[in-house]
Amino acid sequence: MDFLTQHGAALLFWLFAGGAVVCALMVVTLRNPMYSAISLLGCFLAVAALFFLRHAEFLGVVQMFVYGGGIMVLFLFVIMLVNLHRLREVRLFAGQGPVVLVLAVLLLGLFGFFFAGAHFAGAQPDTTQLLRIGAEKVGNTQAVAWALYRDYLLPFEVASLFLLVAMIGAVVLGRRQ
Amino acid sequence: MLEIGTTHYLALSAVLFVIGLVGVLVRRNLITVLMSIELILNSVNLNLIAFSYQRADLTGQVFAVFTITVAAGEAAVGLGILLALFRLRQTTELDSATELRG
Repeated sequence: MDFLTQHGAALLFWLFAGGAVVCALMVVTLRNPMYSAISLLGCFLAVAALFFLRHAEFLGVVQMFVYGGGIMVLFLFVIMLVNLHRLREVRLFAGQGPVVLVLAVLLLGLFGFFFAGAHFAGAQPDTTQLLRIGAEKVGNTQAVAWALYRDYLLPFEVASLFLLVAMIGAVVLGRRQ
Repeated sequence: MLEIGTTHYLALSAVLFVIGLVGVLVRRNLITVLMSIELILNSVNLNLIAFSYQRADLTGQVFAVFTITVAAGEAAVGLGILLALFRLRQTTELDSATELRG
């Protein structure tokens, strides 16, 4: 019991990290896109849990809503709209598969090489900074909103314009001629 | 093993990124390719959050919000393109759209 309370965060990290990797592998390897989409949902939820572990509570909830809710429903509807009856006959992977796998392992090795040599100052960062506005102690949502609406108001407005453009684009593309 | 630092998050993010990259490059089904792109964007978010925690700076979280916005727009437009392709070819195989091949 002592072990659990002492290392709970680490155990949760390994649990959700493992879940995310397994689900991601299933997304790429499964034949039926429906199963891929469900695995993707698992991956999104695991990543949301990892956000919670890094004091990004607001982002974790947004991840669940937008990815787990919105984007996932979009994927599932489109998979149901397109007719996939010839699924069994097709090849799953393109011809360049082996080359890509070798390059992927090399890339992963490169990442590992750099991360192994990286040192981050301070083992325990001052995370109370993530939960305060000025000197006042607030929740993570409030702090993110403060940063978003005060320091990043213009990018925020541009993002809303971007969403409008994407929506019009999706409607135009999805329209029947 | 039991002390989780930023490096762990970076490593996990790299693994998810490479899995997504492999998915984009080797899968022939456009739906799965779009899902792999979502995986890549998710791994980027993980990096932003890890560094936000490491530096005790909220900017990373704000940028993750923007990344999620872009991911939502990308999914909407990508799936619209997929529907248009399906209407044209009755398939979602990427190999069926080769008109622009040199």
